[in-house]
Amino acid sequence: MIEYELLKIIWWVLVGVLLIGFALTDGFDMGSMAIMPFVGKNDDERRAAINTIAPHWDGNQVWFITAGGALFAAWPMVYATAFSGMYWALLLVLFALFLRPVGFDYRSKLENKKWRTSWDWGLAVGGAVPALVFGVAFGNMFLGVPFTLDETVRSTYTGSFFALLNPFAIVCGLVSLSMLCAHGGAWLMLRTDGDLHARSAKATQLMGVIFLVCFLGAGAWLYFGSIEGYSLAQPFDTNGVANPFTKEVITNANHGWMNNYSTYPITMIAPVMAILGSLIVIASAAKAKAGLSFLGTSFMVIGAILTAGFALFPFLMPSSINPVASLTMWDAVSSKNTLTVMTVAACIFVPIILCYTTWCYYKMWGVITNKHVQENSHSLY
Amino acid sequence: MISESVVDLSRFQFAMTALYHFIFVPLTLGLAFILAIMETTYVISGKEIYKDMTKFWGKLFGINFALGVTTGLTMEFQFGTNWAYYSHYVGDIFGAPLAIEGLMAFFLESTFIGLFFFGWDRLSKAQHLGVTWLVALGSNMSALWILVANGWMQNPVGAAFNFETMRMELVDFGALIFNPVAQVKFVHTVSSGYVTGAVFVLAISSYYLLKKRDLPFARRSFAIAAIFGLASTLSVILLGDESGYELGDVQKTKLAAIEAEWETHPAPAPFTLFGIPNQEEQRTDYAIRIPYVMGIIATRSLDKEVTGLKDLMVQHELRIRNGMNAYAELEKLRAGDRSPALMASFQENQKDLGYGLLLKKYTPNVVDASEDQIKAATKDTIPNVTALFFSFRAMVASGFLMLLLFILATYAVAKRNAENKPWLLKFALYGLPLPWIATQTGWYVAEGGRQPWTIGEVLPTHLSASSLSTGDIWGSILALAAFYTVLLIIEMYLMIKFARLGPSSLHTGKYHFEKADAQNHAAAEAQS
Repeated sequence: MIEYELLKIIWWVLVGVLLIGFALTDGFDMGSMAIMPFVGKNDDERRAAINTIAPHWDGNQVWFITAGGALFAAWPMVYATAFSGMYWALLLVLFALFLRPVGFDYRSKLENKKWRTSWDWGLAVGGAVPALVFGVAFGNMFLGVPFTLDETVRSTYTGSFFALLNPFAIVCGLVSLSMLCAHGGAWLMLRTDGDLHARSAKATQLMGVIFLVCFLGAGAWLYFGSIEGYSLAQPFDTNGVANPFTKEVITNANHGWMNNYSTYPITMIAPVMAILGSLIVIASAAKAKAGLSFLGTSFMVIGAILTAGFALFPFLMPSSINPVASLTMWDAVSSKNTLTVMTVAACIFVPIILCYTTWCYYKMWGVITNKHVQENSHSLY
Repeated sequence: MISESVVDLSRFQFAMTALYHFIFVPLTLGLAFILAIMETTYVISGKEIYKDMTKFWGKLFGINFALGVTTGLTMEFQFGTNWAYYSHYVGDIFGAPLAIEGLMAFFLESTFIGLFFFGWDRLSKAQHLGVTWLVALGSNMSALWILVANGWMQNPVGAAFNFETMRMELVDFGALIFNPVAQVKFVHTVSSGYVTGAVFVLAISSYYLLKKRDLPFARRSFAIAAIFGLASTLSVILLGDESGYELGDVQKTKLAAIEAEWETHPAPAPFTLFGIPNQEEQRTDYAIRIPYVMGIIATRSLDKEVTGLKDLMVQHELRIRNGMNAYAELEKLRAGDRSPALMASFQENQKDLGYGLLLKKYTPNVVDASEDQIKAATKDTIPNVTALFFSFRAMVASGFLMLLLFILATYAVAKRNAENKPWLLKFALYGLPLPWIATQTGWYVAEGGRQPWTIGEVLPTHLSASSLSTGDIWGSILALAAFYTVLLIIEMYLMIKFARLGPSSLHTGKYHFEKADAQNHAAAEAQS
């Protein structure tokens, strides 16, 4: 039997893996669609862009759905508090996501130009809005979210939707949006040719620059701004039951959420990876080196998500109005039994998923040209 | 305390979005299998027409599937956004099957569906066939895990309340999976999906046969749908009966409400074929009863009683009173008292804690409930009898009509004369709404009949909702309704357009409208 403490750590890692899996795969779907109306100037080019992800978007989206399911199962309190608290932000994401499955399948079923252009913009919104909102949500975690828990562990949120849109969170939203747009651009570089390829390279480079500026800006804001991070008072029983009220939270000894980086300098690898990734992108997208650019954007994605996760650890959702109600990966977690069952399931299925997903990409690999689109007009998206 | 209107609006939104999602899901489940059968026939026989069938019905499958995925997202979000306390209270158990569903089933289905549509030229025949079967397998396993989760809401086995974390926690994962309610519901639900797929293909094929076009294509589709549909309908009805037996065991209130059984009849109980239930007066007017049948369905015996609603309410009132004790003890435990006597007593009483929580609707402290409040809470323990009574009958009637349809259709297939029977083809075409009537009313019977609980006898519905404002929920209901209406119009438009066009939409050059075009072209050229 694995210790409860270790299981809690495993699930912090696994939710991170699912989030990174989502951002790496569904991330380029979202990013490539967000820039599609700009880099694709005619119907053939836009269809080429869409058909690079046509066989994969649905499978990729399951990374997102499974991350949501894992959040529900592993950190039910976080799922409950975050989703009900940030109600309109989540609904905004939901409505944007609505546009994707139908957009992909329905867009090219009719010849009408207006119909197709409308869906193109729908797909762009379906990519850009979630990317932006996820970043904004992460940004708000650093600032603390105005919620509290009553004695029956019912959560109440006292903020508003517009309070989420504060300047710091918007910078974080731009980090995530530019990151996924760069990733999607690099994907299009890999899978298309001609003008579309060239415009995608330009977009990727631009997005790499925006990412670098915003990422460094957010870091500087945390460090030099007056944002206070939280820390747990010691001693703290990491093996304890999942009851948020058993801890004490210190609110003035973790300036800018930088403590973990000074205590464990190895974690600095995450921001370094993100910065290095963006430099690779900026350099290689200029020379239209697709593979290297995609490697760079993948570094950006992994590095940026880990940067946030390491900084906040062990906090998942800090409360700004009642710090003791803050949810951490030690106390907002499922029971030992549930974590054990889920760990077994993940150990069995994640490797299998990686195998057949790889096979699917292998089978569908290749550059999608305008000619290919014209020749397969009735069987492609 | 959350206001009544927040709870009612949250329930309305959930019902609206779940029923809407469930327009598309059964068709996905059924068509996936029908596609796999068609493609298997193609691979074995080598006849191109079966490949065309797979591709054409696959096109319609895709139009439907897109909305199934879209509306499924709402379901995943909604437990957190609108049912936050539910998510906290039972997420430890309920979340696990959903996460495993993602890992085991949804990844499989969604990854391979891309290859199904776009892999025809890139995969060998056998590989593509394998892909199609994996899509069908994935969608069915997905249903399995969802119904494991739902079965637990109906019959919460393998879990226990933990006063330290103030939630239900998993004790026995095996019990969760092998929950008899989940097993029966799974087969009943996926079979109803197969029936939906079969009626869909049968109805549209009948349309082509009536129009006398693409006859070889339509005949073969009709035959596969008829035979697959007959087997599936039998499975749904048998498993539906099995569900009735399970209910008699674990969900007595739901069963009694479906049957509008106010009194406990001497065994074996009669079955009320028709009547007008009157919830205020607790009786059923104008009832037509068939002796013995209810007792046999629900208990598989002639000597066991089926408890009536009035007697159940007497039992519920006792449990509410004991639930008040459990709640008082819980408060002491939460305050830090760990005396062995208290722990032992709570252990004894906690099975009724859920009943005590029913009083939260009337008094937040529970323990100070007045006699009137206890009476009101007792009345709440019975779901809406009239709605259940009629929904159930609509479901069963549709089921038997479809059974009749498939018997006639299969007979016609055997005699090879379906296209000479316009009345049968019209029955099939106009019977198209039947599976949707059955699945939508069936959803209501299962979930409406669970009220007033989200988790049977554990967590009342009115406690489960998020602490939101009525304005928030009105806003989301209106936005969802607007989105869903537009999406439905678009979906129906495309579905009807492509169904009318038929296999000509594949642009192979072999089918009706393309030939018509070619002839027109030839005629035009001959004239010039």
